[in-house]
Amino acid sequence: MTTPARRRLGLALAAVLLVVACSGGDGEGGDARPGDRDRPDAPVGPSDEERAASGGDATVENTGAQAFAQAVPGLDTDGRRFFAVGNNFFNDNWVIAPASTDGRDGLGPLFNAQSCSSCHFRDGRGQPPADADDPERGLLIRLSVADGESTAPHPVLGEQLQDRAIPDVPVEGSVSITYTEEEGTYDDGTPYTLAVPTYTLVDAEGRPLGDDVLFSPRVAPPMFGVGLLELVPAEDIIAEADPDDADGDGVSGRPALVDDVDPGSEAERAGERDGRLGRFGWKALEPTVEDQTAAAFRADIGVTTDLRPEQPCTAAQPACLAAPTGGEPEVDEQKLGRVTFYSRTLAVPARRHVGEPATDRGEELFAATGCASCHLTEMRTGSSDVAEALSEQVIRPYTDLLLHDMGPGLADGRPEGAADGSEWRTPPLWGIGLTETVNGHTRFLHDGRARSLEEAVLWHGGEAAGAQERFRALSADDRRALLTFLESL
Amino acid sequence: MTRRPLHRILAAGLALALLGAAACSDDDGGDDDTSATTAADGGGEAGETTGTLSDDDALAAATTYADVVFAAYAANVTAATEMGDAIDAFVAAPSDATLQAAKDAWRAGRELYGPTEVFRFYDGPIDEPEAGPEGQINAWPLDEAYVDYVEDDPGAGLVADAETLPEITGETIAAVNEEGGETNVSTGWHAIEFLLWGQDLSEDGPGARPVTDYTTDPSAARRGQYLAALADLLVDDLTSVRDQWDPEGGAYREEFLSDPHQAVTNILRGMGALSAGELAGERILVAYDTQDQEDEHSCFSDNTLVDIVGNARGIQIAYTGEYEGVEGTSLSDVVAEIDPERDAALTEALDANVAAAEALDELGTFDQLIVGDDEAEGRAAVRTLAEDLQGQGDLIAELAGALGYEISLEI
Repeated sequence: MTTPARRRLGLALAAVLLVVACSGGDGEGGDARPGDRDRPDAPVGPSDEERAASGGDATVENTGAQAFAQAVPGLDTDGRRFFAVGNNFFNDNWVIAPASTDGRDGLGPLFNAQSCSSCHFRDGRGQPPADADDPERGLLIRLSVADGESTAPHPVLGEQLQDRAIPDVPVEGSVSITYTEEEGTYDDGTPYTLAVPTYTLVDAEGRPLGDDVLFSPRVAPPMFGVGLLELVPAEDIIAEADPDDADGDGVSGRPALVDDVDPGSEAERAGERDGRLGRFGWKALEPTVEDQTAAAFRADIGVTTDLRPEQPCTAAQPACLAAPTGGEPEVDEQKLGRVTFYSRTLAVPARRHVGEPATDRGEELFAATGCASCHLTEMRTGSSDVAEALSEQVIRPYTDLLLHDMGPGLADGRPEGAADGSEWRTPPLWGIGLTETVNGHTRFLHDGRARSLEEAVLWHGGEAAGAQERFRALSADDRRALLTFLESL
Repeated sequence: MTRRPLHRILAAGLALALLGAAACSDDDGGDDDTSATTAADGGGEAGETTGTLSDDDALAAATTYADVVFAAYAANVTAATEMGDAIDAFVAAPSDATLQAAKDAWRAGRELYGPTEVFRFYDGPIDEPEAGPEGQINAWPLDEAYVDYVEDDPGAGLVADAETLPEITGETIAAVNEEGGETNVSTGWHAIEFLLWGQDLSEDGPGARPVTDYTTDPSAARRGQYLAALADLLVDDLTSVRDQWDPEGGAYREEFLSDPHQAVTNILRGMGALSAGELAGERILVAYDTQDQEDEHSCFSDNTLVDIVGNARGIQIAYTGEYEGVEGTSLSDVVAEIDPERDAALTEALDANVAAAEALDELGTFDQLIVGDDEAEGRAAVRTLAEDLQGQGDLIAELAGALGYEISLEI
């Protein structure tokens, strides 16, 4: 099989030499930054083609509904098979044990969804439900209770509210969300409103969960590109951290080192992670794609793996504990490996409209307002034994993979792993402009409260307050340009 | 096989293909607007464009395809209705003979359903995300314990659960299944299959549900009602899809033909996604990879090879337009006019892969072929077919790219 996208990127690289003379010194390119290429003949700034290839060789050009579901170019025969098999176990529903399809049973006993894809629809982003009966999946609630200075899993419900269960096992409860509109104003007087969510959690009998419960709503993030982010050397990420804001720019950023996790938390109990860097999940709890996959299998679908062998039941849930299982573990090593391979080899969609005036103006403003201090433009991956297209790539994920205090507006007040109740890991922005095409919505941030990219920017506080204020101070045209840039990602 | 008179002759090469493309855009029957509606960057093919289909050619190919889709679903409605009659007869007078007749009717319907699966993957009437009944018609794997008893769980399932499901009709089954929100997992072809054959607990044969499940078993009456209701529901669902494609006012057909280039994109998307994604990937390579005997599409009846052949034929039918009772200019015909080489390569692959799928039958049942070591004849043949179907998907994507359409093979 040919690898057409690689071929095209080869052409693109050749074209770089022709284009750089014009683009040098312009836009976001000028300053030397960590991660910049150090070729002797290196151009001053990246070319349009390089800026468009967000995932380096692991970039694909697809602008349709399957834009997030493409394999990285150049997989060999085995790789194509692993991808196909992983895709299948990502998409298909798990069934109740015992079943004839004994490789696919063991759903629950408690769960939020029957398949990965029901939340990560088309490998994309989930959204909050419209109401309590909305069958849309894509938002879940993490739980804990205050325990002195620290936190502990909820004694009955554990670390996640599972709102579904197999027959004969009671569900844990449900969530409903109401929004109130909060008004704000741009510096030029243009008004806007943000939707402030209020969550009501009730148990299976409809009783409110206690006031001591700390909870954190999360929408499913897009899947693609995680194989690249996993390969960015930890020292490169840590090098970008500035925990005490030594440079005084108002932006700090902490690496989610697992040494920092709370004693007794799920992250700590999982063990075998000393010194590793958490980089996946809204709080950077999981260090690898495999860990993230195993954690989601267990908590979200209720299927166990060797990495997470315990059913999602607490000691206070006898029916859950007594339910039949689909084997130990329910997802064997090979299948976990295939789903992990699939996740790692989902390609990043290429940017659109690079080099057009409005987009480029927006890109300049993205840097000038300070967005790019956390949403880092460029990283490099290390070597990969998974796929050549992932190996030694210059990528443009628009994240630093660090924890940042995002202010009280976005705080969930629930510490998790290395993150405190106000901190979130910078989410990557690559592909974000295709969310509506793929997922049919434009809901952003950890709980999907932002109804547009504009609202997502306006929600930024804490360390991002300066950038948010600079955005609010822009002219309407410049604000539009910045959003046009985001839509091009 | 009277179509494509040119493609064997024009096997000359790029120069001729380019001439063909250039000529085509000049004499495409009075409509000079040859531009495709979609950007030509799909599939990543490196700019080797063939030329675009004229609006007239795209419309002709799309119309023939729409006729094929309608004919295929109409045949399915007939077969499913006949199956429903056989099931009613079985439920009214359960015996080995009436059970066998019902099973035969299921197999006959299933053979016709396989080819229709190429009409998926572009959010048409069958699998439109909000309302498409594909999940209700063909969901797999099946949550069998949600439907009826299974080994180790004799009380399981809606069949025995008169509290959850006091009245058994197609409507109540669909309503219960939709509870929880997912496209449901206990209706359609495979639920009927499960209620006819039972779990496949044998290594070398299909399931062996005893007739007593429908005579002396405590849940016999409810099981019969459930089975009959499933058949009715399937007929209703297939009918609703068929009607969307009705040449006499089918709403989706009208929409489909209103944008012929998008229609051709959808045709190619369905072909490519079924070939490389669903059939090669989901249905063959997954079972090959896991070697789970029951990780096969028709696991209760061991009918999986029929499903595979049907799917492969469907891809061929979508391209050639060859379906009983349908006449017209196919997509193959119009592609052959502007790029005979690509057309020849694809039709050759389609023929070869249908033949290879049919030939598997001589080696054993699917669940026997997938086990063993990689060099075993059956296992090697299964793998080769899957890889060739992936290659066929690549050809389809490359054809789409050359015609200026963007398609994805992923599902």
